[in-house]
Amino acid sequence: MQRRTLLATASAAIMALAAPAMAQDEPLKVGFIYVGPVGDGGWTYQHDLARQAVEEEFGDRVETTFIESVPEGADAERALTQLALAGNKLIFATSFGFMDPVMNVAAKFPDVKFEHATGYKTAENVATYDARFYEGRAVIGTIAGRMTESNKIGYIGSFPIPEVIQGINSSFIHARKVNPDVEMRVVWAYSWFDPAKEAEAASALLAEGVDVILQHTDSTAPLAKAQEAGAIGFGQASDMAAFKPSPRVASIIDEWSPYYIKRVGEVLDGTWESGSSWAGIGDGEVVIGEITDAVPAEVKAEAEALRDKIGSGEYHPFTGPLNKADGTEWLAEGEVASDQDLQSMNFFVEGIDAQIPQ
Amino acid sequence: MIRLVPRQSASNGWQVATPLLAVLATMVMGGLLFAIMGYDPVAAIRTIFWDPLFGPAASYSRPQLLVKAAPLILIASGLAVGFRAGIWNIGAEGQYIIGGITGAAVALAVYPLEAWWLFPAMVAAGLAGGWAWGMIPALLRNWFGASEILVSLMLVYVAQRVAAWMAFGPMRNPEGMGFPGSRNLQQYPSAANPELIAGTGAHWGVVAAALAVLATWFLMSRHIRGFHIRAAGIAPRAARFAGVRPQTLVAFCLGLSGALAGAAGLFEVAGPAGQITDKLGVGYGFTAIIVAFLGRLHPVGILLAGLLLALTYIGGELAQLTMQLPAATVQVFQGMLLFFLLGFDLLTRFQIRRRVSA
Amino acid sequence: MIDPLSVFLLLLSASTPILFAALGELVAERAGVLNLGVEGMMITGALAGFAAAYASGNPFLGFAAAALAGALISFLFVVLTQVFLANQVASGLALTLFGLGLAAMFGKPFEGVKAPPMPAGPLDINWIVWLGLAMVPAVWWFLNRSRPGLILRGVGENHDAAHALGYGVRATRMAAIAFGGAMAGVGGAFISIATVLQWTEGMTAGAGWIALAIVVFSRWTAPGVLAGAWLFGGVTVLQLRLQAAGVQVPVQLLSMAPYLATILVLVLISARQKFSRRGGGAAPGSLGLNFHALR
Repeated sequence: MQRRTLLATASAAIMALAAPAMAQDEPLKVGFIYVGPVGDGGWTYQHDLARQAVEEEFGDRVETTFIESVPEGADAERALTQLALAGNKLIFATSFGFMDPVMNVAAKFPDVKFEHATGYKTAENVATYDARFYEGRAVIGTIAGRMTESNKIGYIGSFPIPEVIQGINSSFIHARKVNPDVEMRVVWAYSWFDPAKEAEAASALLAEGVDVILQHTDSTAPLAKAQEAGAIGFGQASDMAAFKPSPRVASIIDEWSPYYIKRVGEVLDGTWESGSSWAGIGDGEVVIGEITDAVPAEVKAEAEALRDKIGSGEYHPFTGPLNKADGTEWLAEGEVASDQDLQSMNFFVEGIDAQIPQ
Repeated sequence: MIRLVPRQSASNGWQVATPLLAVLATMVMGGLLFAIMGYDPVAAIRTIFWDPLFGPAASYSRPQLLVKAAPLILIASGLAVGFRAGIWNIGAEGQYIIGGITGAAVALAVYPLEAWWLFPAMVAAGLAGGWAWGMIPALLRNWFGASEILVSLMLVYVAQRVAAWMAFGPMRNPEGMGFPGSRNLQQYPSAANPELIAGTGAHWGVVAAALAVLATWFLMSRHIRGFHIRAAGIAPRAARFAGVRPQTLVAFCLGLSGALAGAAGLFEVAGPAGQITDKLGVGYGFTAIIVAFLGRLHPVGILLAGLLLALTYIGGELAQLTMQLPAATVQVFQGMLLFFLLGFDLLTRFQIRRRVSA
Repeated sequence: MIDPLSVFLLLLSASTPILFAALGELVAERAGVLNLGVEGMMITGALAGFAAAYASGNPFLGFAAAALAGALISFLFVVLTQVFLANQVASGLALTLFGLGLAAMFGKPFEGVKAPPMPAGPLDINWIVWLGLAMVPAVWWFLNRSRPGLILRGVGENHDAAHALGYGVRATRMAAIAFGGAMAGVGGAFISIATVLQWTEGMTAGAGWIALAIVVFSRWTAPGVLAGAWLFGGVTVLQLRLQAAGVQVPVQLLSMAPYLATILVLVLISARQKFSRRGGGAAPGSLGLNFHALR
């Protein structure tokens, strides 16, 4: 009994603290928590660009704040609570590891809306969002398949999780489609960002005879190594324009602004609802950066055609017939992979001669 | 010319005055830094030192000070005992990680069993895990004379890799959609380490930290072993003649500090952090070394130093939130505070005299 | 299947940052100073070196600036431990924290731009890699054959005795720490200037901590540092190379191995010294202790 009273008092106190920010004519406060520094030039940098786009779009109707370099776990829960207490009515949490902290804090602040990137837990006031990066991977996979002369392309993976595995499969499928002799080499760096290690991973791939490198890690180190060896690569997360026109021949950009602007607008209109968004090229969330002149015009045209077909919804990168690496059938002729299948993907497709570490 | 003359015993007056002086100096230098960076120095310093205690959201951030300070104080209390004896355990970070893993292992092994004994068993396992990891350098020193500083540091790296291995392998949540990391213990009632009284932040780790301060105070000032420890630290040879076995002390001090660090790890994993991930170690073990020295290796000093550091962390987050002070600037400010606190300690141990030319 | 020469070439450049940092820390530790601030000095060098290389267009000027910046920031550690007699472990940790923050703060204007290309050295191997290799015999010669090196070792082994003999304990240690800072700075700059060609926050990603382990592994000798840098760098290179060749490797367990090997080496040399009373290879006697002259 006593404990319950205490609980009630405590939540009342929290409510009282949050109350002043409710006034109507004040700007909508939107908070962001980032797992890395805004200067990481990759994942967090792109989220912060989208935050700035929100400010630009809505002007003084919104007020944004962010907390950067928040470790996942206990510190994230505190940072989220402080954002909520500071009167933010919409909070974007931009890392998978913020999932449980978001759920905990959201339960305490039912009138604050939360948007969690790349997670799978939702609630009345918690929505999730992610981007179909595999759509972009199909496009750069096509370029990789056309550009390789050694018929070996390399892929630097961060962690063996579904999102990364989708990317590897998608790029391989489309590289093979334009070049039946292509082989894929996969190296796991076990880090999202470790320039020295990424450079070593790139060198290891180059020594294996790879001449095109795809990466799912955030630093430019693999591009620098590719340049040294006369190989090519692609920008990841951000455009990595400093390495144009070669070795960076194209890039796959995380573009969160359309989603952020849409969701902030919905909160302003009072039409925001929870849900799970998984948008791709068609919605402008996955953008293929400029394909440079280092790529022959016909390859560029082919890649752009594929991009447009995916964007219009005419073509799905995971369309059968496709087999798993162990030879069993995954998708029959014309069958399209379901989102559930993709979100828990833990196998390579047939043709990739590697195993996913367990 | 000036010269330094060691004091017979540390000066009581200076012991109180130097930390205050150091904080003051940090405020001046930090204020200068903030001003150069284009931020209002008075507002920034008020946000960092005042707002977490008395600001608008203080009813939330005050208890959070306890949550953040608890592991630091718990670990530092144990470390300080060894440091007083000249036994240098700098691997508390590793003992923290291993304690978290062994403690969580108990819960994950019996999941989803609900039983009253589960949490106590986890605490025991956490203590035992940290103790065992601390005993490795102790035994290697006692048997072979290997430096405990270096062995304990090396074991931090090993522990970090054990954590990554656990998060990706044996302890991975089978219902986690393929993502690394264990089940969340916060959602496992018998294993959780929740807030004991809602709104206070106080979980079992906070209670344990308070007990550790009391116990180490008793040990060092009232118990014969505490006397031995101090004797060994000041005059090792004399202590040996008085019958103090150095090997016993090494085992005792490393075992004790390891066990406390292990317990801190378990309380974090079962409470605020919630799960085993590859980023389990967030540096508490290293920061605790600084806390121990800032607290002059005295239990009460450690208590205050732990709270002061927690204050700058939470105040730093607030400064990011309300003033958009970059995380890096806050980090530099914290670094300054440590430098001043460490440097000014000289005044408690030495007198400054003008050198009289003969 | 895997060409050993290609692995060795990878290893050479992969081990260069940790080789520089570890050689610097070796000299500091031989003088009796345990500086845990290597990571902070490396990142400072990474930024300063990149900034200078970018501004001047000359990568070699960048490395000079990195050495200078590393030495300058190590001066904070000098002031704390040699003048204010603060604890070395705590001061080193504070230095790491401070350096990471400082570099991130001053690094903002240099985000997103690219360093000038490095001209390749002899045999198509980077000049700085050659410099690192040349530093190994140089440091060995300095420590074992030169008179200042002898004094430095004396200071590290027993600072009271060295002081009694009239050697400047504090001056020697200041110089050793500054050298350590300069070397760590160059090591860090190798990552930003030669490996990544860009500046990003936190880009040294723990290399400084590995350097500390290497010094222990080396048994406090320069050739040992080279062996350690190759072992630690080699394990990473090899596991990545095996992965690239399609071989399944237990990454986490493999990456633990060099640290366990280091502990083993430490135990063996300590045991040999303890049981046979034949010296050599153990930690310097005054490592981590502060010195205060009573007169």
